[in-house]
Amino acid sequence: MKAIITVVGKDTVGILAKVSTACADANVNIIEVTQSVLQDMFAMTMMVEIDKSSLELEQLREKLEKVGEETKTKIHVMHEDIFNSMHKI
Amino acid sequence: MLETKDILETINMIDNENLDVRTITMGISLLDCMDEDIDKASTKVYDKVCRYAQDLVKTGEDIEKQYGIPIINKRISVSPIGMIAAPCQSKNVVKFAQALDKAALNLGVNFIGGYSALVQKGFSAGDYAVIDSIPEALAETERVCSSVNIGSTKAGLNMDAVKMMGKIVKQTAERTADRDCIGAAKLVVFCNAPEDNPFMAGAFHGTGEADCVINVGVSGPGVVRATLAKHGEGKSMDEIADMIKKTAFKITRMGQLVAKEASKRLCVPFGIVDLSLAPTPAVGDSVAYILEEMGLESCGCHGTTAALALLNDAVKKGGVMASSHVGGLSGAFIPVSEDAGMIAAAERGTLDITKLECMTAVCSVGLDMIVVPGDITPEVISGIIADEAAIGMVNSKTTAVRLIPAIGKKAGDSLNFGGLLGKGPVMPIREGKPDVFINRGGRLPAPLQSLKN
Repeated sequence: MKAIITVVGKDTVGILAKVSTACADANVNIIEVTQSVLQDMFAMTMMVEIDKSSLELEQLREKLEKVGEETKTKIHVMHEDIFNSMHKI
Repeated sequence: MLETKDILETINMIDNENLDVRTITMGISLLDCMDEDIDKASTKVYDKVCRYAQDLVKTGEDIEKQYGIPIINKRISVSPIGMIAAPCQSKNVVKFAQALDKAALNLGVNFIGGYSALVQKGFSAGDYAVIDSIPEALAETERVCSSVNIGSTKAGLNMDAVKMMGKIVKQTAERTADRDCIGAAKLVVFCNAPEDNPFMAGAFHGTGEADCVINVGVSGPGVVRATLAKHGEGKSMDEIADMIKKTAFKITRMGQLVAKEASKRLCVPFGIVDLSLAPTPAVGDSVAYILEEMGLESCGCHGTTAALALLNDAVKKGGVMASSHVGGLSGAFIPVSEDAGMIAAAERGTLDITKLECMTAVCSVGLDMIVVPGDITPEVISGIIADEAAIGMVNSKTTAVRLIPAIGKKAGDSLNFGGLLGKGPVMPIREGKPDVFINRGGRLPAPLQSLKN
């Protein structure tokens, strides 16, 4: 099972590090990362494998939302299926 | 890999544009609960509803957590109680409503629909008792919703039922006058009622349906409006229609995903996705604003019916490919009190009941959540019902009437129901009495287009 993590906000030092540390702590494997910085706006999407995660999706979401609060970014964790169903035919 | 812009688009739809799954509705057949003894029958009803739907709310919440999509309501529809009450000799059929209300409270669902009667061609045993008890049932219960189908393209209009419903709507409002007449907001009078509609207050579980089924209603007027606001400037009608279709497709795909998942987890067959643009009083989640975004100065001005026709059609075309089974009402709803834009237009005076009636010829339902003066006569209500049902009958579409007579109030006042039902200004109605016409009774013959075979 895969999930998509998105991080959007003002670019600061260590956002990627904090998000990936939180993932590693929960035994969540990062498969793919794309990120862009437009002026000082930071946007990152991560595809992660959550089968072996030590946390339920809801708990992982809460954990990452806290990281979002710390880094003053907006972090979403959503199941991959929703994007596949909406954007692929 | 998914594209970042697509991912961000979805998140933005949910966060800022009120995209949600409006309802997961479990349809439950009560045909095996019939009994000559009404107490036994209502106990069977309570037990069956509680047994089948025991995991409904929790499953809905789990899916919400897994996918991160808000699922606003978890609801239940049951077989028309008019049918279940048929063998009971008792006149006290309100017991069924009490059993349903108790089950809904126990299960944590906010509405349960099916205190209904299908009398398009005539009354059978049970129907009359149920219709007669609607004012009492809706006054004494909190979560029960009621509907009566008084006509169809095939059968014509049952004018005896039309006459009766004028009185019933008025009485229902009177019995709940101390609570902003809320009883009438839970009563729908249909022509061509769909049997798989997941939306309240008109949901019931049709006789041709399986024992238990999951239907899902998706929503998203806010998303459509935002798309038109972002990309619609200077575009032609063809391009506007295309944009709406694409958006409706995405919304419906999400509904299909949720429906399939709910069906799998509850081990209940998937019925249909109802792809309706259902507004809420939240600012931005309005069908009227979509029409205004298309270029109307105010909803209700000339051009509104054409804009609504385009919207209703494009929503269906976009949604139909996104789901394996589309059903219910599917289209655009125009409930006045539940739509911030409609409320504003009614308060400005640009939207009146006559224009709304025109709009119902091209929208997916009918005259919905319209507050009318408290001194309206039952015959005038019947006249409104007859007009609306005639539009549905002749055009082979569903039409409905959900009027709330504001007891003790007149045009210019307002009612406030709170929550999803919203608030509405009392709208003036047309002058003149249809009394002689309504009191004739009998059946209004089915139109020629009913003879399709």
